Amino acid sequence: MNMIVCCKQVLDPEAAPATFKLDAANNRMVQPPEVKPVVNPYDEQAVEAALRIKDKDKAAHKITIICLGNNLVRDVVKKPLSMGADELILLEDAAFEGGDSFSVASALAAAIKKVGPFDLIFCGRQESEWDDGQVGSGLAELLDIPSVTVAKKVEVLDGGKVKVERVVADGFQVLEVQSPALITISNELGEARYATLKGIMAASKKQPVIWKPADLGLDAGKVGAAARKAKVVKLFQPVKEGKCDIISADSPAEAGALLAQKLRENKVI
Amino acid sequence: MADNKGILVVGEVAEGKLFPITAEILGAGRRLADELKEQLSCILIGDKIGDAGKAAVAAGANKVYVADDVQLKEYENCTYMQVMEKAVAEIAPRIILMGQTANGRDLAPRLAFKLGVSAVMDCLELAIDPATKLLQCTRAVYGGNAKAIFTSEAIPQIATVRVKASSPLAPDAGRQGEVVVFAVALDAAKIKARVLETIKEEVAGIKIEDAAAVVAGGRGLGGPEPFTKELADLAKILKGAIGASRPPCDNKWVPDSIQVGLTGKIIAPELYIAVGISGSSQHMSGCSGSKCIVAINKDPEANIFKEARFGVVGDWKVVLPAFTAKVKELVQ
Repeated sequence: MNMIVCCKQVLDPEAAPATFKLDAANNRMVQPPEVKPVVNPYDEQAVEAALRIKDKDKAAHKITIICLGNNLVRDVVKKPLSMGADELILLEDAAFEGGDSFSVASALAAAIKKVGPFDLIFCGRQESEWDDGQVGSGLAELLDIPSVTVAKKVEVLDGGKVKVERVVADGFQVLEVQSPALITISNELGEARYATLKGIMAASKKQPVIWKPADLGLDAGKVGAAARKAKVVKLFQPVKEGKCDIISADSPAEAGALLAQKLRENKVI
Repeated sequence: MADNKGILVVGEVAEGKLFPITAEILGAGRRLADELKEQLSCILIGDKIGDAGKAAVAAGANKVYVADDVQLKEYENCTYMQVMEKAVAEIAPRIILMGQTANGRDLAPRLAFKLGVSAVMDCLELAIDPATKLLQCTRAVYGGNAKAIFTSEAIPQIATVRVKASSPLAPDAGRQGEVVVFAVALDAAKIKARVLETIKEEVAGIKIEDAAAVVAGGRGLGGPEPFTKELADLAKILKGAIGASRPPCDNKWVPDSIQVGLTGKIIAPELYIAVGISGSSQHMSGCSGSKCIVAINKDPEANIFKEARFGVVGDWKVVLPAFTAKVKELVQ
């Protein structure tokens, strides 16, 4: 199968909330020096989903990674290659900055058409900055292919059919979808594999293909921020009151008992 | 689409019953429709919808469209998109609202891209700008560290609303409204995916979404055992449910279905007891609506203490059994 995985470079979502700062005037986040960029964790799991298919027959399956952004850190965006993906395409240009889900999905759709025939596209269920979760479904709509979102298991069947387990509120749906199709992956898939030393060595030798808007037949003035459909009216940090009543006592056990008493006094229990 | 008017709520229904999220959105939609002085309609898509149409009227809708077909029993976007495309063309709403549920988060972006408009996902607040009549949506971004207000000029505007973010109206059986059949001839050629089966992963005891008290554990618990022992003991006394932050689920200590957070369950119990949970923004997005948050954590700098009403700084292994024993004594 020809598989494509869309990956985004994001600021580490595991960074402590205290490091978070906004540039309110420009409606964007300030990158603190101690917070490093990473591959969006759900996207890493999307790579893992594709790798689990490739594991079954390495020669029969190919994985191409597409990553959109600007000033992409090579060690970060090459991680899927070091995990076992075959090729890396970067849609890298200042013009791609400031886009919303519509801008991103439109550019990805143009790139995928340029890549050529494919069987499966994988995306993470959402990225960790805007948590929008629209690019996967939107991309499928633009490419006019079926989509299954928030999947935890993907299995290739005969005849180009794919069996997908999709997470729902009280369990999961089992679907059969005809490829070419797009699947978004959720954390229930399980952890993504680590890069092996051999993988890192191989990845360091591979050069990514870099495409600019013009390479995709797109006008640089009509991508990124210029292609947005959703407008940010205001971005702000809600004020937290932070009035926690810390119960202390001579010992942790006494504090525990006192906590129960306190909850009783406040009619919480 | 300058002539589009009114608000259309995409409702969810199972076994003839309206989902609570649908009543919540009808409540929010009613308020917006009154501000606009326009109609609030609702479309119910499914199989054996029964009296849910009347329930949607009682919850605030002026007109309810019922698309009842055995092929629509299970949600799947190839079929539901066909219904929605026809509904948007015929009803021509200004605003489309749906729940941020497994179905809503799948359907909203596909529909938006099909119509060439923008969807705003997982909204916490909805408002109408009186000057432009455009919907302004507030949602959490950067994993809950910030909020943003979005709008868009392309009509229809589409938004999904977070569970428990808005209040339903008190059901009023005397409310006047119309329930009509909305027939759609589904085109089999467009159906490229089908649901083979739906597996229910039942959790023993009370469901976490319905529980008045939730006892949740995090990475600090160190393994699966405390969830079945110490946490279970406390939950039983409080007649509550057990929850978890993401690390215990990712480590397979507990089933994914009890994960509380942005990508798990969004809950708003009376009492939320967080044990060994650091309180990442991702996690807090799932429980910040709780009436009272109580934290037990050994790290005094943990973010959870910025969110909690009461807290104890200490090792949960010592604090929790003493707390549980005292709770047991007090509630009996």
